[in-house]
Amino acid sequence: MGGNLLEVRNLHKQFPIRAGLLRRTIGHVNAVNDVSFTLGTGETLGIVGESGCGKSTLGRMIMRVTDPTGGTIMFDGESLSELHGAKLRHARRKFQMVFQDPYASLNPKMRVEHILAEPLLVNGVMDREQARERAVRLLQRVGLRESDRLRFPHQFSGGQRQRIGIARALALSPKLIVADEAVSALDVSIQSQILNLMLDLKKEYGLSYIFISHNLAVVRHISDRVGVMYLGHLVELADKDSLYQNPLHPYTRALLSSAPVAKRGVQRDRIVLQGDVPNPANPPGGCPFHTRCPQAMDACRTVKPALRQLEPGHAVACHLY
Amino acid sequence: MKRLRGRMKYALVWFSAAVLALFVLLAVIAPLIVPHDPNAQNLLTRLKPPVWLHGAKAGFLLGTDNLGRDIFSRIVYGSRVSMTVGILAVCLSGAIGTLIGLLSGFYNAVDQVMMRIADIQLAFPTILLALAIVAVVGGGMNNLILVLGVTGWVPYARVVRSEVMSIRTSDFVVAAQTIGVTETRLLFRHILPNIVAPIITIATFQVASAIIAESSLSFLGLGVPVNVPSWGNMLSEGQLYLGTAWWISVFPGICIMLVVLAINILGDAVRDYMDPKTRLG
Repeated sequence: MGGNLLEVRNLHKQFPIRAGLLRRTIGHVNAVNDVSFTLGTGETLGIVGESGCGKSTLGRMIMRVTDPTGGTIMFDGESLSELHGAKLRHARRKFQMVFQDPYASLNPKMRVEHILAEPLLVNGVMDREQARERAVRLLQRVGLRESDRLRFPHQFSGGQRQRIGIARALALSPKLIVADEAVSALDVSIQSQILNLMLDLKKEYGLSYIFISHNLAVVRHISDRVGVMYLGHLVELADKDSLYQNPLHPYTRALLSSAPVAKRGVQRDRIVLQGDVPNPANPPGGCPFHTRCPQAMDACRTVKPALRQLEPGHAVACHLY
Repeated sequence: MKRLRGRMKYALVWFSAAVLALFVLLAVIAPLIVPHDPNAQNLLTRLKPPVWLHGAKAGFLLGTDNLGRDIFSRIVYGSRVSMTVGILAVCLSGAIGTLIGLLSGFYNAVDQVMMRIADIQLAFPTILLALAIVAVVGGGMNNLILVLGVTGWVPYARVVRSEVMSIRTSDFVVAAQTIGVTETRLLFRHILPNIVAPIITIATFQVASAIIAESSLSFLGLGVPVNVPSWGNMLSEGQLYLGTAWWISVFPGICIMLVVLAINILGDAVRDYMDPKTRLG
C-alpha cells in the first residue's frame, strides 16, 4: 500500500425539499454530513449502513455523478471537486463505477463489444480495431467467452451482466473502482464468484475499491478497512478485524449484533434498537444517534462528537470514549 | 400457432412494403399510366360511377367526379402531393420535435422555455396557426410541407421529453457519464436509441393527419393550387356528393387508409427491429 489515493474532507450533500406551487425550497435533506476519510493505493474501504444512510450518495459524489454541496475530494493529487467539463471527463478514466442493478446499468441497445469498447473510443485511448481486441480480452478476463461479444445485455444472466459491468469499469485501467451494492442484486452463490473476481482483479491491477454495501458479511470478506455510516455521518472507521472484533460505537455494536451467525450454540446478545431512524430533513441536535442510543448521556444531546482516532487504525465519533 | 402468427406478421410487413412501393411507383410514373388528363373536364360524362356499376362509361375505371374528371387519373396524380406532403412533413416535424424534446428533457433551462412555447402553440388550433403562416409566406407545396412540419412538433417534443426525463437517471446513462462520454453523445447514442419506439408510433399516426391537413389548407385555397389534384381535396370536394356519387371521395379515402395502414405496420416492424429483444427473440 502506498500513499493516499483518495482524500475526502468534510464532504456534505444537502438535497433541497421543494413544495408548493412555486417549488420553493422549504428545507434540506442532509444526505451526507461532514464525512472525511482517506483511501490508500491498493486498499479496499467498505462502507456499511442501513438504507438511506447516505452511503450511495457518498459513492456518487466521489464518482462526480452527484455534486457535493460542501467539502473537498482529492484524488491522485488532483482536487476532483473543482474539476468541470472536459477536464472532469478526462479525469474520469482514473475512477470507475460498478452499479447495483446489472439489469439497468447496461444500455439494452448496445452489443457487449460496443459497451466495452466505448470507454476506450470516447477517451481516444485506442482506435476501433485495438478497442475491439481489448474488449475481447476484458470479456475473457471476467470469465466470459469471446463469442459473447456480439450479444446484447438481455441475453445474459444477472451474474454475467455484472461481469460485463466490471469489465466496463476495468476498460480504462482505473486506479479506483467504486462498487455501489455491486453484489446485492445477485444470488448468494453468484455473489461469492463476483467478490472473488473483484479480489483477483484488485491484486492483478493494483486497484483500490470503495465497496458500498448493507451486507456486513460481504464487506468483511472484501475490505481492508470499514466505515460505518448512520444518518449521513461516518460514525466509525477502523481496520476490518478491529471493527468486527471490537466495535466501539453503540450503533456499530447494534448493527453487528443484528447479523445472523451461522453456528449452532453461539449465544448472541442482540442489541435491539428502539424507534426509527430520525428524519434526515430534521436531524436531531448533538450526536445523530442519541435518540436511539442505549448509552446516551447529556452531552450527546447537545454536542456533536467528532470522529477521533482512539487507537491506531480505529476512529470513532462517540462521547463514550 | 406462434410460428404461424410470426409468419402472418412477416407476410403483412412485406405486403405493406409492397403497397407503399406501389404508391410511390404510381406517383413517379403518373404521366405514363393515366388514361386521361386529371384536370380535363367534360360535363357530358360527369358523375359516372366506376366501371363495374350500372351506368358507367368505358375508359373511366373509377368513375368521374362532378366536373367529369377521371377519378383514377386524379388519384394517381394526387398521390404525388399527398404522399410527399404526408411523409416529408412528418419527417420534418419529427426531427424538430425529437430534438426539442431531447434538449428539454436533459436541460432544465431549455425545458422551461420550450414547454411554455409548446403550451402557447397548443392553445392555437394547429390549422389556424398553419393558416396564419401560409398567409404570410405564401402557398405552394414546399411551403405547405414547411408549415405542417413546423407546427407539428409538439406531440413529439412532449413525449420525447418525458421519456428522456425518466431514462436520464437510469444506471446505464450514469454509467455512460462515468466513462466520460460527451453530452451530445449521451443524448444521441445512449438516450435516443432507447426512446425510438414512441417516436415511431407518433410519426405513423401523424402521416394521416398531415395528409388531411394538406386537404384542409388546399380547400381553403392556401395549400397546393386547385388545379393540382390531391387525395385530400378530392375527399373534401366529394363530400357534397356522398349520397349520390360516393366514389368521388371513397376511393381517395381508401388510398389514404392504405398508405397510413402500410406506414403503421412498417413503423411497428422498424420499432421491433430496433429493439434487440424482439429482433433476436
